[in-house]
Amino acid sequence: MSRLILPYSREDAGAPPSLHPDYRSTVLRSPRLAPLAIPATLTEITGPDEAWDRLMGPAMTDLTAQHRGAPQGQRIVVAGLVLDEQARPVPHTMIEIWQANAAGRYIHSRDDWPAPLDPNFTGVGRVVTDAEGRYRFVTIRPGAYPWGNHKNAWRPAHIHLSLLGPAFATRLVTQMYFPDDPLIEIDPIANAVPMPYRQRLVARFDIGITEPNWALGYRFDIVLKGRGQTPFEEHHDDH
Amino acid sequence: MTTDLGALNAAPRFDNQDPALFGQTPSQTVGPFFHYGLPWKGGGDLVGRSDMGARPDLMPPEHFLLAESGTTGRPQGEVIEIAGGVYDGNGAPLNDVMIEIWHANAAGRYASVEDGREEVPLDPHFVGFGRAATDSNGIWRFRTIRPGRVPGPGNTLQAPHIALSVLGRGLLKRLATRLYFADGEGNGEDPILALVPPERRHTLIAQRRSAGSWWLDIVLQGRNETVFFDL
Repeated sequence: MSRLILPYSREDAGAPPSLHPDYRSTVLRSPRLAPLAIPATLTEITGPDEAWDRLMGPAMTDLTAQHRGAPQGQRIVVAGLVLDEQARPVPHTMIEIWQANAAGRYIHSRDDWPAPLDPNFTGVGRVVTDAEGRYRFVTIRPGAYPWGNHKNAWRPAHIHLSLLGPAFATRLVTQMYFPDDPLIEIDPIANAVPMPYRQRLVARFDIGITEPNWALGYRFDIVLKGRGQTPFEEHHDDH
Repeated sequence: MTTDLGALNAAPRFDNQDPALFGQTPSQTVGPFFHYGLPWKGGGDLVGRSDMGARPDLMPPEHFLLAESGTTGRPQGEVIEIAGGVYDGNGAPLNDVMIEIWHANAAGRYASVEDGREEVPLDPHFVGFGRAATDSNGIWRFRTIRPGRVPGPGNTLQAPHIALSVLGRGLLKRLATRLYFADGEGNGEDPILALVPPERRHTLIAQRRSAGSWWLDIVLQGRNETVFFDL
C-alpha cells in the first residue's frame, strides 16, 4: 500500500547554523553531530492543519486592546503574506506573536532590567491567514533592550513570530526586525543568518498599510518550506 | 504639489520585500521569554483538561492570555505519560526549553488533510499536537495516548513513534527528533530507526518507568547526544 509522499524542501542557504559562537548560548546548546537526513514520511508531511483554534484558541489580532487602556508607544500595523517557496499562498495558517513593550521590557518574570512595565500591554497575539495567505495585526512598536551576551549588548527591536505551517516539516519560529535599526548589524542573533539572507528578516515600512491618523504600517512576508514539483536538491552540509 | 506615494514607496530596498532575496524566512531563536506567548494551559495534555505544559508562574496572572486546553473528550487508546529532561553540553538541565509533539492516533492515522487514508479511523477527540515548556528542573511532560503504526517509505510500516520539536534560548532553529517506545512493535524494522547508527538509537527510545509512564532524556550536545533529523 504505497502512497506518494511529496517531501518538503530542506533548509536553504539562508538558514542559520546551530552553532554561532557570537551568540553565546549556542555554544553549549548546539548539537555537535550533523543532523541525520531522513526521507519524508507521513509523519513529516502532516500537521494539525486547521485544528489550531481547538489547540490555541481564537485569534487575537489587536495587541493594543487587551487591557483597560491603550498601551504606551507607537501604534503599528504589521501585515503581509505567508507563502511557500513557490510563492503560493499558505491559507488558514496560524501565526503566534509575542514581543516586548515600547520600553523594551517583557512581562516575563525573568526579564528584570529597569525599564517600565506597561499594565496595558502583554505583547501576545495570534492571527490566522485568510484564503489568500494574508495576515494583519495591530500592536505597538517594541523597544530595544539590553541582554547579557556581551558587554553593552542590545537586541534590536523585534517581534517574535511562530508558525506551524501545513506540516511538521514546515515548523518555523522567527523574528521580524524594523528597517533602519542600527542595532541589527551588531546583533549576534540576527547575524547568525548569513548575509544577504539576514535582510529577509527586515520588514519594510509601507505607506499602503499605514492608516491615516492611526498607525504606521509595516509589510513582512513569511516564506515557509515548499514542496517542489521537481526532485529536491541535495542539502548542503550542516555546520 | 502632488507626491506619488506609491512610486516613492516602491523604491528598491535590501529587505524582506526585495525579490532578489525571496526564499525561506530564516529561523530565529524563541529566546528566553516565550512562556506567555506559546505554551498554553493544557498544551501538554492531549487526553484531558489540565494546566500541563504552561508556566503561569513566570508572569502575572493578568498577562496569561493564552487559551486553555481544547480537549473535547477522551480519545481512544492507551493513556500514557511521556517525560524527560533536556540537557546542554555540560549536562546542565535546561528550564527554558519548549517541546512540541506530533503523532498519530491510536489507530495510526494523523488528524491532517494530508493523511487521506479513510480506511483508518480518525478520532474526533484527538488532534495529536502538543506543546510543553520544561519546568524549573528542566523536565518536560505530556499526557497523551500511545500512537498506532503509520506507513513508511515504500511498503514499510513504521514503529509507533512521536515526532518531537525542541525549541529554546540558544537554539537558532528547531531541532527535530523522534520518540520510540522500548517495547514498540516493529522497532527492529522501522525504516527511520534503521538509518540511525546502532550505537545512537538508544537516544530515541523511551524507557518504561512504571505502567504507562515513559522517559526520554534529550541531550543537546556531547555524550549521548540525541539524534536530530534534517527534514
